[in-house]
Amino acid sequence: MRSYVPAFEMEAPRDLASALSRLSAEPGAWKPFAGGTDLMVLLEAGKLTPGKYLSIWQLPELRGIEFASDRVTLGALTTYTQVRRDPVLAAEFPLLCRAASETGSIATQNRGTLGGNIANGSPAADSPPALLVYDAELELISSQGSRWIPYNIFHTGYKQSVLQPNELIARIRLQRNKQNWKQHYHKVGTRRAQAISKVCFAGVAEMENGQIKDARIAFGSIKPTPFRATATEAVLRGAKLSLSLILSAREALAREIAPIDDIRSTSRYRSVVAQNLLAEFLEKLSA
Amino acid sequence: MERLIGQSVPRKEGLSKVTGTARYIDDIEFPEMLHGVTVRSTIPRGHIKEICFDSGIPWDEFTIVTAKDIPANNYVALIINDQPCLADQSVNHAEEAIVLLAHPDKYLVEEARCAVRIDYEPLPPIFTIADSLAKKEIVWGQDNIFKSYSVDKGDVDSAWADAAFIVEGEYETGAQEQFYIEPQGIIARAIAGEEVTVWGSLQCPYYVHKALVPIFGLPKERIRVVQAETGGGFGGKEEYPSMIAAHAALLAWKSGKPVKMIYDRAEDMVATTKRHPSRTHHRTALTRDGKFLAMDIDFVLDGGAYYTLSPVVLSRGTIHAAGPYLCPNVRVRGRAVATNVPPHGAFRGFGAPQSVFALERHLDRVAAAVGLAPDELRRRNFIQQGQTLAVSQVIREKTDMNLLMDRAFEACDYHEKRARFERENAHSIVKKGIGFAAFLHGAGFTGSGEEYLASEALLEATPEGIVRVLAGSTEMGQGANTIFTQIAADALGLQCDLIEVLQPDTAYVPNSGPTVASRTTMIVGGLVESAAKNLQRTLLNSGLLQPGYDCAAFAQACREYTGKFGTLKSFVKYRQPPGLKWDDEKYRGDAYSAYGWAVYVAEVSVDTRTADVCVDNFTAVQDVGKIVNPMMATGQVEGGVAQGIGLAIYENVVWKDGRMMNSQMTNYIMPTSLDVPPIRVIFVEFPFGVGPAGAKGIGELPLDGTAPAVANAIAHATGVDINRVPVTPEVLIEKLEPLYA
Amino acid sequence: MPECPRGGKVRVSCTVNGKPAAFEANPMARFLDVLREELRLTGTKEGCGEGECGACAIEMNGELVNSCLVPALQVEGASIRTIEGIARGSTLDAVQQSFLDHGGAQCGICTPGMILAAVNLLERYPHPSEAQVREALAGNLCRCTGYIKIFDSVLGACREAGPPR
Repeated sequence: MRSYVPAFEMEAPRDLASALSRLSAEPGAWKPFAGGTDLMVLLEAGKLTPGKYLSIWQLPELRGIEFASDRVTLGALTTYTQVRRDPVLAAEFPLLCRAASETGSIATQNRGTLGGNIANGSPAADSPPALLVYDAELELISSQGSRWIPYNIFHTGYKQSVLQPNELIARIRLQRNKQNWKQHYHKVGTRRAQAISKVCFAGVAEMENGQIKDARIAFGSIKPTPFRATATEAVLRGAKLSLSLILSAREALAREIAPIDDIRSTSRYRSVVAQNLLAEFLEKLSA
Repeated sequence: MERLIGQSVPRKEGLSKVTGTARYIDDIEFPEMLHGVTVRSTIPRGHIKEICFDSGIPWDEFTIVTAKDIPANNYVALIINDQPCLADQSVNHAEEAIVLLAHPDKYLVEEARCAVRIDYEPLPPIFTIADSLAKKEIVWGQDNIFKSYSVDKGDVDSAWADAAFIVEGEYETGAQEQFYIEPQGIIARAIAGEEVTVWGSLQCPYYVHKALVPIFGLPKERIRVVQAETGGGFGGKEEYPSMIAAHAALLAWKSGKPVKMIYDRAEDMVATTKRHPSRTHHRTALTRDGKFLAMDIDFVLDGGAYYTLSPVVLSRGTIHAAGPYLCPNVRVRGRAVATNVPPHGAFRGFGAPQSVFALERHLDRVAAAVGLAPDELRRRNFIQQGQTLAVSQVIREKTDMNLLMDRAFEACDYHEKRARFERENAHSIVKKGIGFAAFLHGAGFTGSGEEYLASEALLEATPEGIVRVLAGSTEMGQGANTIFTQIAADALGLQCDLIEVLQPDTAYVPNSGPTVASRTTMIVGGLVESAAKNLQRTLLNSGLLQPGYDCAAFAQACREYTGKFGTLKSFVKYRQPPGLKWDDEKYRGDAYSAYGWAVYVAEVSVDTRTADVCVDNFTAVQDVGKIVNPMMATGQVEGGVAQGIGLAIYENVVWKDGRMMNSQMTNYIMPTSLDVPPIRVIFVEFPFGVGPAGAKGIGELPLDGTAPAVANAIAHATGVDINRVPVTPEVLIEKLEPLYA
Repeated sequence: MPECPRGGKVRVSCTVNGKPAAFEANPMARFLDVLREELRLTGTKEGCGEGECGACAIEMNGELVNSCLVPALQVEGASIRTIEGIARGSTLDAVQQSFLDHGGAQCGICTPGMILAAVNLLERYPHPSEAQVREALAGNLCRCTGYIKIFDSVLGACREAGPPR
């Protein structure tokens, strides 16, 4: 334990209203703390800023999965385990379930939350690529009220977002409109379990007579934020599947990503593999 | 009664382990105990100018130790005494210990560690074997060379002229972390000027004892070292615990209070030893029909900043470099060199995995050059009983490498798979490969090492008929307690529950030598067996026990004997079997009293989109003599294979300026339960030698052959010429044909 | 100017191995440390402190969690099970017995967490496939066994429990 634990305060409000008023009363003083799967690791390493942490893990209002005919709404505290175990999500949002099942271990999945995964803002997080291709929307809530935003504008830079200091992520909304789209997820990690992604791919495509009518492509670990490859999507949209499409899509992708070297992998590896995963997706579409 | 040797007796201390009651070092508390931490150098080489204690910390509450607090000698005794216990004027590697702190509050002591600042005058460091050999800087001695050996057989230089084929290659292995799941830790108590006692997670209590004596300048009997339950060692707790024990004891000596030092994972990874990185150059001459004419091998290890155990690791690596083959002319030049990284050290296999990787990878390339199948090349050159190894040792034990290869290939359907994979790979994105390694591993200390160690063991019978085994060999998961129990019970004709194995404690357990070198079953187990037989003979000769006795009669005899004579003990000391000769000058002779022999086969898939390698299946066939406990022996092989798979494809230490950058379990990748394949373990038993019932060493063997088998399988799958492990996807993808090129 | 002690401790109540328990701790202290140091339940081990090795795995409200990543305050009101609560008196759980029978424990340091993960799996899936066992234990690192004997132990415990119903 590299941190001086007495320098960390924590409170656990009973309900959402109290939590939000705590956040509003001293803007920026309190940092939300959900399942601890990221923040406790930083604490162990001596890399967590001492100060005040607001436990939100116990807030009932941020839990639960609701189904409407056209959409699914997940409380921000929905754990990976809850995502994995849900039969509707498994049938309609398999990429999210794959992401949940490939994040950390069972013990991590029992504590890690979708909201935390988003708010933490790691470019290597596993669920954001899936959420991006499902056109997820986020409800951001404060004591002043709530607002819905498209998830693809949430991250603004490395570990930076539009979330205000007095706000929490409350819910994540997914439209139930992609069941008939072809879907593909491939996380390339350092090993088969408990791996942080080196490149993570999520892709969905609506097919019509061998043509890609519409598509969403997203990646983790190749940009400072989870990344939706819109330029590559533009190349795909309306195109017929062919080898030349694969080649031009690869080129488009190479132009819009800029992966880095770090202790887990290299820029070159990430770039080549990102293109290969895109090609794998396109080949599966034609299969 | 059926013999106990050969039975899968359950683990002696298993109950305490499955219920969580086993007491590891961090589970032990003393009243008024302080927590100790280490302040380490942040630069790889330089002079220490000043040690500053920043404000904001109540320093008067702390016990602070620097080099000037050491009562007698500032070195950690091992082979030579070049490694300081605490850096004084200068540092020679990053993470070198400089200041020790202790305080009752374990959070505050951590805060204080960050508030000690050390000013340095940096000196230029070197980090690679190449820079060390090129003497870019002289960082140790006159020439950066810790030790060199030369093994010579025949006349290598005149062999090249007659060669039909000459094949060269260069091979490298990286550093590997032992990665015991229990980090290192020690608790020390001391009375300044009087005595020191340490408890710890350690493999070799007498190594720690030897190191503490000169630091404190106390007589031997005033130093006591006790092993706590140890959560894995694999060599990592062979020499480094001496350092931690010294540190904890210095803090205890100065503070007058018990001091606990437990490394966290990050500190354990950056500061303690790792497997030596290596570079091996091979030049091999063959006849037209693929028989070896000459092997010229240059083997170099990166020893890090201090001498430590590098010469011994080098010795084993050098002797194993030519493998289980007959070759008339062999030269192996071995060198261990200095660099400014933390000293590399003991890790299961001890130099052999490095040189065996080089040889077995090289021989697949040789086979291709000669136009033979890899197995056929080996078969034409396997050594047979009565022939001489590179070190000029005549193999007296029964050996049949062809049989081991047959068994391995049958078990995994090698030939069918090799052909099928080649056929199918032509049109698949995921390429499959199958490869193997053939190898041997010498058990026990090298050369005259065992004679010099002269290990001891003691058996003692209580009046209740319980027989206690007193041996300095430690249980660290490998099964020493259980094996000793079986051996003693077997020899005495008793049940296992009448045998007790005492916790190693230098106050009353004799020195059985270090728990290393695959020597515990063979050497110390052999001592336990003779001690048991002596004890039995004593009772039989006394007339108090009759042949054909049962447990009750044995207990009765013990009661009567101890009543009459006081105690019933049997003490034995190792004596080298006659006929073994070793010349340390010429590096020639009987390097080991027995060898383990093996053929390992790996099957892999390589996804060419990601260059991810998956080991799909593994077959491990070996002869390690009589198997004392099949369940445990199988577990040893399976665990060793998993570590070897780590060495082959996952475990990559990322260095920057001589410091390990990926010192978290998240970023240093060891295999999980999803990363290990089914492992088929087969024993062929040719009993031989000094071990009980002819048991030979087993512990290290599995590390030697796994990585080259996997590397050969990757080469088979992809056609890529692998010359370094770990084969990470980042390296492999550069060598694969680009997709969609 | 020496300073350092800051925020105060909080009092937390919970249930541990079926019995009420209470402790005082810094709110963000790791529950692992609370278990080992305050409640003196040292069967739960620390291997990494970063939620990676699973040696500190426990059940919290019936779910497997790594206690090194749980802050003390979040344990308020929770029901906790540790390795000390697996056996019933002197009767071992089938998983514990199977680890003895199949050589699933070597050095033993991963064993408590491994047994918790296995018990938790079998509560949910009494007759798992080997693939399910491998996945369920993927958060528990073992350096000794190569995992094979651990798979044998977990699958063996299911066989002991009888055929699938």
